[in-house]
Amino acid sequence: MNFIIEAKRPKPNMSNIIEANGPKPKHLTIGRIGLYCFILMCALFFLMPLYVMIITSLKDMDEIRSGNLLYIPKILSLYSWPKAWSEACTGFVCEGLRPGLINSLKITIPSVIVSVSLGALNGYALAFWRFKGAYFFFGLCLFGAFIPYQVMVYPLLKIESAIGIYSSLPGIILVHTIFGMPILTLIFRNFYASLPIDLFKAARIDGGNFLKIFFYVIIPMSTPITIVAIILQVTGIWNDFLLGLIFAGRDNQPMTVQLNNIVQVDFGVAEYNVDMAATILTSIVPLAVYFLSGRWFVRGIAAGAIKG
Amino acid sequence: MENSVEVKKLSFNYGKVEILKNLDLNIKDGEFMVLLGPSGCGKTTLLNCIAGLLDLDEGQIWIEKDNVTWKQPKDRHIGMVFQSYALYPSMTVEKNLSFGLRMTGVEKSKIKEKINKASELLQIGGLLHRKPSQLSGGQRQRVAIGRALVRDAKVFLFDEPLSNLDAKLRAELRYEIKKLHRDLGNTMIYVTHDQIEAMTLADRIAVMKNGVIQQLDSPKKIYNKPSSLFVADFIGSPSMNFFSGTFLSENNSFSLNKTTFILNEYQFENKPNDMSEIIFGIRPEDIRLKKSSESLEFNIELIEPMGADTLIWLSLENIPFSVRLDVSSEYKLGDVINIEFDIKRASIFDKKSELRL
Repeated sequence: MNFIIEAKRPKPNMSNIIEANGPKPKHLTIGRIGLYCFILMCALFFLMPLYVMIITSLKDMDEIRSGNLLYIPKILSLYSWPKAWSEACTGFVCEGLRPGLINSLKITIPSVIVSVSLGALNGYALAFWRFKGAYFFFGLCLFGAFIPYQVMVYPLLKIESAIGIYSSLPGIILVHTIFGMPILTLIFRNFYASLPIDLFKAARIDGGNFLKIFFYVIIPMSTPITIVAIILQVTGIWNDFLLGLIFAGRDNQPMTVQLNNIVQVDFGVAEYNVDMAATILTSIVPLAVYFLSGRWFVRGIAAGAIKG
Repeated sequence: MENSVEVKKLSFNYGKVEILKNLDLNIKDGEFMVLLGPSGCGKTTLLNCIAGLLDLDEGQIWIEKDNVTWKQPKDRHIGMVFQSYALYPSMTVEKNLSFGLRMTGVEKSKIKEKINKASELLQIGGLLHRKPSQLSGGQRQRVAIGRALVRDAKVFLFDEPLSNLDAKLRAELRYEIKKLHRDLGNTMIYVTHDQIEAMTLADRIAVMKNGVIQQLDSPKKIYNKPSSLFVADFIGSPSMNFFSGTFLSENNSFSLNKTTFILNEYQFENKPNDMSEIIFGIRPEDIRLKKSSESLEFNIELIEPMGADTLIWLSLENIPFSVRLDVSSEYKLGDVINIEFDIKRASIFDKKSELRL
């Protein structure tokens, strides 16, 4: 086998001209090397903060005060992690981030489920059931996706307190659902618009109605875009601070709000190692989502080309 | 015979564009009707209107003596086969076939029975547990046809079902669709732009252009006696040869600049006026090799061998035209041949109205 490969490889002849034969030989050009260097530097640049966070969380306060930000810890101290998790003070209570994690889960999971389901339904209706004013409605959605949500905070607050769900779990879930709607409707509509319309026609002839077609035909084909939507919503809702602070109420404060309370101390010593550990803990969920679903994320973005 | 599908004064507009204009079409029970026309002629729109997938602007659709104009597609007793197959990608073949039945709540044992019957008929029994992505194009289209079969549709609608297949498979499935029609005897409406499919399958062909049916007749009639220049040009491959000239009534002849043909053998439906401009059309196979007092002499300019026969190109007063010859005829470029037009098989059209004379 090796012998055959050897024989195929072009050999320079007397006049040093290589006759083109077989696979084109690959050369490492200067451009390539430059490109790799650039990519490597970009990666290092973006990894730097994470590196600093991790090593700082593993140092004790004395070492941190000595100021060598980039050095790895001389003495490994792990106490900041359990402290951030279950002992650090968030305001008057000192239970660490643990209750915040539970709250964040309680907010994120229902919000993601409700908003993604409604977004899919909206997108489906807009893409397949071209009702009167569908384009206008779609335009409104597009417009809505570009409105900064801070503008809406006060009116929403008034509405929620009028209907009595302000400062509660349903209140914050509703807010996240509302703010997720434009972008989710948009991505689902665009995905569904790329599906062959004949499928929908066939389903109508086969006797499906609005919801049956959605459940039996459309949803089973929506996996890639649903995963994209879930990633968007999980990271968005998990990372949200402002809405959680305003709408969730004292008992349901998400992890981000509690993290802020840990970091922003008004009295006592600022424990940077605990702060760093708490920050990493808070960001584990979105990080994990990206790492575990990267493949799906790319696939979802490229999902225009799905064949039947 | 009873009418199975009746389209009455149907109009359909897309925005401000009129796609179908006041269209009437009656399809007999058990008839194989082909809607044929170039893309954009409204044939698929008409089919979608019959299926109830588009809301029409004016007129009525009757299927099986039932005014279905306002009815949902599922209540019209139809089955439809699409060009893109439109199989549900997430379901196995079996689930694809049974989807319609499951949606309407048919018993499981009955579903099984129907699927067995359809899969036997279409020879897809071995594929029942595969996903559409694991099937070839021909197999997919068989499944799509099967999906219409299991629904016990009264009327089958085909929307260019073979256009995505390669030539060999197309011929194969064409044969099977024809056989299916023979065995089932259902009414079938078939949209295509492929004239071979239209000619081979149809009991009647409706040739459409710009949302209007140009001619509705048997394939034979459409081929031999096209009612307009458009139909004559659209049907037939290689297409009909046309010569534009004047009609001389004194000796009942057609005259180009230098050449004159006596039209005594041609049966005029409407005799043109003297000196009126007409178009003389003749199919390549209606030109014969013959040396006689009336034959014309030409040099061969181009030869296209097509397997079963050979097309040779000549030109008459600088207008190129083709002649279909037996494959056994061995001519070379530049050879001189004598030919004669078979006038009684020609088609003559008025130049202005483009209608048959």
